[in-house]
Amino acid sequence: MARRWTDQRIEQVVGGLLRTGVAVAAAVVLAGGVLFLVRHGAEQPHYGVFHGEPSDLRSVRGIVADVASGRARGLIQLGLLLLVATPVARVVFSVAGFALEHDRTYVWITLAVLAVLLFSLAGGHL
Amino acid sequence: MRGGGELTNLAFTSTVGAISLLAGFLGALTGLGGGVVIVPILALGFGIDIRYAIGASLVSVIATSSGAAAAYVREGFSNIRIGMFLEIATTVGALVGASLAARLSTSLIAIVFGVVLVYSAFLSARMPHDPPPDEALDRFATRLRLDGSYPTPGGSQAYHVRGVPTAFGLMFVAGSLSGLLGIGSGAVKVLAMDRAMRIPFKVATATSNFMIGVTAAASAGVYLNRGYVDPGLVMPVMLGVLLGSTLGARVLLNARTRVLRLVFAAVVLALALEMIFNGATGRL
Repeated sequence: MARRWTDQRIEQVVGGLLRTGVAVAAAVVLAGGVLFLVRHGAEQPHYGVFHGEPSDLRSVRGIVADVASGRARGLIQLGLLLLVATPVARVVFSVAGFALEHDRTYVWITLAVLAVLLFSLAGGHL
Repeated sequence: MRGGGELTNLAFTSTVGAISLLAGFLGALTGLGGGVVIVPILALGFGIDIRYAIGASLVSVIATSSGAAAAYVREGFSNIRIGMFLEIATTVGALVGASLAARLSTSLIAIVFGVVLVYSAFLSARMPHDPPPDEALDRFATRLRLDGSYPTPGGSQAYHVRGVPTAFGLMFVAGSLSGLLGIGSGAVKVLAMDRAMRIPFKVATATSNFMIGVTAAASAGVYLNRGYVDPGLVMPVMLGVLLGSTLGARVLLNARTRVLRLVFAAVVLALALEMIFNGATGRL
């Protein structure tokens, strides 16, 4: 029973972390969204033809630079980045949790999942 | 309304936000998820390029999955070991799926999307079934300590896990579909755990939710780098679906969802057929 209890403890900490991550991400997206609509609300969007986003909105560095120069779209993108980081943080915490349980098999399993996630965030070209 | 071209950003954001809220609400109530209707609505109703639609849907999937996780954790249904082990398959699948999304034609993606929608609608319309009687134990399940227990009105109930290799393979498929179509593919995940692993339906649903966010994050990185994630479009979709699904989860506690599930499944089916038709005739 001790193992289940510890699994549950990890889950509870992680559950709170997820909720906080989503709330913070949503707040940043909302702030960026309001700013975007105040500045560009009267313009017209063009999503019918795929151009792909400009390079500054595709990388962490570009997004941070956009936010630093006060761009609304950059701020929304930062919120989305925080959102994507939330499940990644969950996996990181699970690595720590399984290590605390001295469960080496699951430390390795969780590290494998983390490696795939980091590979994806780094560009993920297969 | 091709591509939202005649609407201003303000009107577009309000309309898409309201629709996303409704989609998230119904998605949470029916257990089908909001993502499955977001992509067809954006692509068919607004004429938005399917790659932008998929990017927006995928990001909102992360929000609903992570937002709902806290509630599932409290109930104690999710099995973190099953989830983490199977995530190896779903995340690798998600990378493969996201890479395919960049290589396949949008028409083909629309057709695959439609077929998966039909299947999801079918799965959500049927009722969960009872686990079958015991069979031989699965050696992977024992080795990986996947067996668990979950709360029932009559106290804690233990369960055994079977069919681990089959479920692992199905999870790779679920991850690929998630990465290719920008959906959570909860239906396939639940199928793998319910039918192949034979674990209780509630455990399968909760663990599936646990896995959806991590799986989606694996393809989100690729989408972001490929420029599929447009902030102006994702903003109303993500906020709308998140708010809608949060409300839906609250109402769910005292709602009779059988009829609603059938109605929503019918809507999904209609959207699916339209996706297949438009894909086959090269309009998407």
